[in-house]
Amino acid sequence: MSKEPIITTRNVDVFYGDKQALNGVTLDVPRNKVTSLIGPSGCGKSTFLRSLNRMNDLVDICRVEGEIKVEGKNIYDKDVDVVALRAHIGMVFQKPNPFPKSIFENVVYGPKIHGMIKTKSDAEEIVETSLRRAGLWKEVADRLQEPGTSLSGGQQQRLCIARAIAVKPSIILMDEPASALDPIATAVIEELIDELRQNYTIIIVTHSMQQAARVSQRTAFFHMGDLVESGPTKELFTSPNDERTQNYISGRIG
Amino acid sequence: MTNLFTTATGHLRARHRAEWRFRWLGRLAIVFSLGFLLIMLVSIISLGKGALSRTEIQLSIDLSAASTLEDVDLKKTVRTALFTTFPEVIERSDKRALLKLLSADSSYELARMIEDNPALLGQEPVLWFTASDDIDMYEKGAIDANLPENRRRLKDTTLGWVRALESHDALRSVFNTAFFTSGDSREPELAGIFSALIGSILSLIVCFTLSFPLGIMAALSLEEFSKKSRWSDFIEVNINNLAAVPSIVFGLLGMAIFLNVFGLPRSSPLVGGMVLALMTLPTIIIASRAALRSVPPSIREAALAMGATRVQTTFHHVLPLAMPGMLTGAIVGMARALGETAPLIMIGMVAFIVDVPQGFTDAATSLPVQIFLWADSPERAFLEKTSAAILVLLGLLVVMNIAAIVLRRKFERRY
Repeated sequence: MSKEPIITTRNVDVFYGDKQALNGVTLDVPRNKVTSLIGPSGCGKSTFLRSLNRMNDLVDICRVEGEIKVEGKNIYDKDVDVVALRAHIGMVFQKPNPFPKSIFENVVYGPKIHGMIKTKSDAEEIVETSLRRAGLWKEVADRLQEPGTSLSGGQQQRLCIARAIAVKPSIILMDEPASALDPIATAVIEELIDELRQNYTIIIVTHSMQQAARVSQRTAFFHMGDLVESGPTKELFTSPNDERTQNYISGRIG
Repeated sequence: MTNLFTTATGHLRARHRAEWRFRWLGRLAIVFSLGFLLIMLVSIISLGKGALSRTEIQLSIDLSAASTLEDVDLKKTVRTALFTTFPEVIERSDKRALLKLLSADSSYELARMIEDNPALLGQEPVLWFTASDDIDMYEKGAIDANLPENRRRLKDTTLGWVRALESHDALRSVFNTAFFTSGDSREPELAGIFSALIGSILSLIVCFTLSFPLGIMAALSLEEFSKKSRWSDFIEVNINNLAAVPSIVFGLLGMAIFLNVFGLPRSSPLVGGMVLALMTLPTIIIASRAALRSVPPSIREAALAMGATRVQTTFHHVLPLAMPGMLTGAIVGMARALGETAPLIMIGMVAFIVDVPQGFTDAATSLPVQIFLWADSPERAFLEKTSAAILVLLGLLVVMNIAAIVLRRKFERRY
């Protein structure tokens, strides 16, 4: 596996209409590591995350400038197919959003639309491996036909993770994946993130600095649309270079 | 020491009174609206139940000389049977009055009976014939015999004959199957609802197959696929306006376009359904858009983030969730279409149609138009027909609503 960063962004500006949400963000995301994006509300961290799999395309008035390269390819090039891009970059949202279908169908949906399933046993295999990786298999193995919405919040979120990894992405984006969960479910998700790091590159947006410190190897601090500083998590939390970072992690702004 | 938690202050008491007042106003409103519904139903049912029965007169028919149906002079046979029942009637004008005891259709009735049972030929059977609407009305108590002769429809001589028939048990009341199996007629005792019912159902089929897919596609295109722009705002405003256009205007449009430009068959359920579809379309579009908007955006995001295309997202996830709301909108629109009279009058579905329509291009009428026609007829007997037809219309509405509830239950999912 190469040491090259899997995602590189250069001078990324994002606009919502006339309002500029991100100012020239330049960031390298290393492969098979957890990178967390922290910062106060409205600082642009979620906007940045959503630019990485072009979910911002859904917002009519949104405009992205600059260069975002994933595996060396600028994803805003004309010849990039967002469908293929999103199959490569999975996403987990703040609020668990399983489809109102069975657990089995939830996991198998992605592989099905991408033509990764030929036979029934393919489907069963994908469902089992995905649920195992998401640490949910033991809890739901005997009730795969029950609706995904009948699970608890934490289980639903792990189902969403299983659903994302079923498509075999190399990158998983997580937008505050534990903010709607209780502390125990949060701990389970954090452990899971740590395990997933073996196989995936994870970028996680979080409100909790403790969470960033616990799960991530690298941290980027955003403030008012600027990427203030980024680096190894430990360094950023112990000896920040910028005053704003210092203020944020000591609780003076935020 | 005073207790803190009692209704001591006047201010608190006033608040409680306001609450009490509001609750009772609400209950009163419910009682009023249900009361009016009840009054309406009771009056329609009490008026309409008469249409479910009809009066028949017993006659002994002489078929001894006939061996085939062609041998029988139907009209004369029935007349003779009637005259032999009342041998005392000799005067020509009295004889004519006597014939009015029977429905105008009695000779065809005899023909049908012989066709159904050829064994009657060569016999002298005792058969039952439909009485005329005046006799029927008298038997149902709608004609008051105590009124002076010049103020009632039945003269004293006729009343005497009816009483003679009653005393011989030659009058009976039977279930009026003809009301549900035959078409319209100038004779109230023969008029039925069936052709109007079929006309309505055929029109609604056309209306649904046109407006439901079109409405859903339009709603999907506006809500899921098109970007918000000045154009989409313009279209939205116009669709909302279209929903408020009086229905008769759609009738005029249908007459001008479907009949005059395209030359489609006049008075047909096809054109009727098309006009109703035009009228229903905005309702369905508006309801479908509301249903689509109520689907949580997180479902769309989830599917799109998986790499589903817009169309896949829409058809796999959004549409199934919006379906119950869309069906509700469609049923509301269809119910309105079912009760619509004005646009159908414009395209000629107001014609006097005796035959039951066999297809979408046959001349037909519809239930509300039939009600309108009967309500407009002078004969007393059409009053009960009108009410009975309203009951059939209401029954059809109930069936449609039940269908909507069942479908909604089937599609409904939690999210």
